[in-house]
Amino acid sequence: MSVSVQEADFDVGAEIAALSAGDARVGAVASFVGLVRDVNDGAGIAEMTLEHYPGMTEKALQAIVAEAQSRWDIYAVRVIHRVGRLLPCERIVFVAVSSAHRGEAFAACEFIMDYLKTRAPFWKREVTPDGARWVDARETDDDAAARWEK
Amino acid sequence: MIKILYFASLREKLGSSGESLELPAGVTDIGGLLAWLAQRGGEWASLAAVKNLKSAVNQEMARATTPVQDGDEVAFFPPVTGG
Repeated sequence: MSVSVQEADFDVGAEIAALSAGDARVGAVASFVGLVRDVNDGAGIAEMTLEHYPGMTEKALQAIVAEAQSRWDIYAVRVIHRVGRLLPCERIVFVAVSSAHRGEAFAACEFIMDYLKTRAPFWKREVTPDGARWVDARETDDDAAARWEK
Repeated sequence: MIKILYFASLREKLGSSGESLELPAGVTDIGGLLAWLAQRGGEWASLAAVKNLKSAVNQEMARATTPVQDGDEVAFFPPVTGG
């Protein structure tokens, strides 16, 4: 399964290793790890909760991976997104892509993250000293995704 | 019947995570359904004014003109903020 939505943490090293294990075609693995910061929009963050739309989330992520595979010559893709309660320094999201060469792997990895940010149904609710608040979507994320429009 | 789901800040605002209802007469698309929900009044009236409200039909991103039919699963939610 190349896409997972889960509460549990994951082993970055093991995931990266698995992406190329036994596949001598692979010359490059690019990966991205997103983490919970302790500050956002000028407020301290004590914790956050990630809500999602079960069913649609997995479908949306699979569609994004399929789109990446149609655009670039890549071999394996792994996407893991955590949900539930997360604390600062914890991992939120992992994307890794294997390919023969770095260019395709880097590009596909960035594309998947940019599309995930704007198309996968996750919502962050963060706890600040002033109480809990839903995180607002950023225009810069829309701009990042728009770069890939054909 | 159609199933409607509400997520995140919208779920909190409406005090509902979802409902099932008979597809109202005359409603054929997302825009029509939204207008029908809003005319129920109360918190529902604010639905029409939610900035950048997003929707999905059968777990695919939708827009105002996306058709809605009996048996569909519809969802309304704010812009996504994962990653």
